[in-house]
Amino acid sequence: MSNTSLVKLLNIHKWFGRVCALEGVELDVDYSEIVGLVGDNGAGKSTLIKILSGVYPPDKGEIYWQGEKVEFSSPQEAITAGIETIYQETAVVDSMNIMRNIFMGREKIRQIGPFGWLDLKKMARESIKALEKVNLHLRSPAAMVGELSGGQRQGVAIARAMYFKTKLLILDEPTNNLSVKESKRILEFIKDLKNQGISSIFITHNLHHVYPVADRIFVLSHGKEVGVYLKEDTSIDELTELITLK
Amino acid sequence: MAKDKVLGKWWFLKILSIKELISLVMLIVVVMVFYAISNIFLSWDNIGVILEIVPELGIAAAGITVLMISGEFDLSVGSVFALAPIVLMMMVDAGIPLLVATLISLSFCCGIGALNGTITLRFGIPSFITTLGMMMVWRGVVLLITGGWPPPFPDKAIPLKQAVVGQLGLIYASLIWYAGVTIILWILLERSRYGNWVFATGGNRQAARVLGINIARVKVLNFVIASFLAGFAGIVQGTRLGALVPSAGTGMELDCIAAAVIGGTYLMGGVGTVLGTVIGSFLIRIIDNGLVMASAPGYWFRVFIGLITIVAVIINVTLGKRISKLR
Repeated sequence: MSNTSLVKLLNIHKWFGRVCALEGVELDVDYSEIVGLVGDNGAGKSTLIKILSGVYPPDKGEIYWQGEKVEFSSPQEAITAGIETIYQETAVVDSMNIMRNIFMGREKIRQIGPFGWLDLKKMARESIKALEKVNLHLRSPAAMVGELSGGQRQGVAIARAMYFKTKLLILDEPTNNLSVKESKRILEFIKDLKNQGISSIFITHNLHHVYPVADRIFVLSHGKEVGVYLKEDTSIDELTELITLK
Repeated sequence: MAKDKVLGKWWFLKILSIKELISLVMLIVVVMVFYAISNIFLSWDNIGVILEIVPELGIAAAGITVLMISGEFDLSVGSVFALAPIVLMMMVDAGIPLLVATLISLSFCCGIGALNGTITLRFGIPSFITTLGMMMVWRGVVLLITGGWPPPFPDKAIPLKQAVVGQLGLIYASLIWYAGVTIILWILLERSRYGNWVFATGGNRQAARVLGINIARVKVLNFVIASFLAGFAGIVQGTRLGALVPSAGTGMELDCIAAAVIGGTYLMGGVGTVLGTVIGSFLIRIIDNGLVMASAPGYWFRVFIGLITIVAVIINVTLGKRISKLR
């Protein structure tokens, strides 16, 4: 397979009962690339990323990760490989503090005899470092995530992905329900990721958000691929027409 | 000057952010009121009585707390509370060695918890329904195997009585068991990886799942913890009374939930502390005892527990918002 792609999805099919959610979709992402994934509601965007992030397997089709064929049977496997997904509603746990969120599922442990204790000091220290990397300066890593703004919450999730050396970050509607200022901040985060060599797939139906940052834009409609467009070769107006195409 | 003011505010916030603060203040107020009514309330004898009766509720409530933090309920704890000592003593009566019978009985409780969890998650139904059904099922089983009459308490079980509720100077062994359970659960929740998963599971199920936490396993294990501790608490009461009452633990599931909620645990999961539940359990038992000391009719007990539960939650919710704003 191609040696240049970070990830390549080939001929992906997915049925839910008799409903075909995806029909022969192909998608590839290069190293240090931002790919926009756009489409109307029900176009199959979230089904596609759920397949890529290991939530469920495709009924047909192949996934190549860094040139090797892979089958993710759980989100954990995709995370271990280096694919992290940030869903806006489910990125963080509001009732827990920042450092516990950052290390959730990958806690720092200090072994004392047979028991593994949470290394809270190390988690606090590393959290501050991780947050500073995305230019997020929060009061304390022990603050509750529920007290942060929507943009800051996503910042925490992005800091987490970067800390654990994610190679591909999938952002599901990251700018939904955010103020203009906060949306801008998220777009900055995504550009920073690219500069640090992390690719991302940016899923949205807001073309005005994805167009300025994406290198390529991938259009999905009714479970079928409409096309992949280099940003230079297209415009927001053209993309809008493609999305709304019946 | 300015620095002092900031520091003063910081301390104030620090104290306010202690999760168990509200329940602790309520506990102190209740103790002072009862002491004002009756001086013997704080006599050594009466403190001993309270310390003797708290562990039974407290151990079961501690288990419920862990389960509630992960976002589930268990209404069957009262029935398991009655079942465990009866099954144990009937086995002992039938000639099974005491230690073996104890282990079988407690394992059986774990099995009940695993069943509660598996049914709830496998069929995706509310644990309220699963455990409401199980509450009736196991109470029914208790009545079936006893015929509604207390089975005899076998003499062979005396060593167990010693180990579980024997007197050690001023206190009873049950208090030490209770302290042990509390410390273990506190470490589990606050200082272990598993605790992080429990809070995440109850706080945002989807987020936990996306990060690779096996939420089904966390929940099932918590059901097991709740049932196991309910059974153990039942054995504590059975051996303390030296009697096996088929109706033991009736209504206890609600006392357990009340103790957890008074202590700051959220009904919907994601938030809670074992220490808060300890305070909640003490509060409930102290009100029970204090009303007797004040020679109030016993019926007042439910009235007070009900009111305190509501007030505690109101204060928790409103003060929680205030603290967020102060920051």
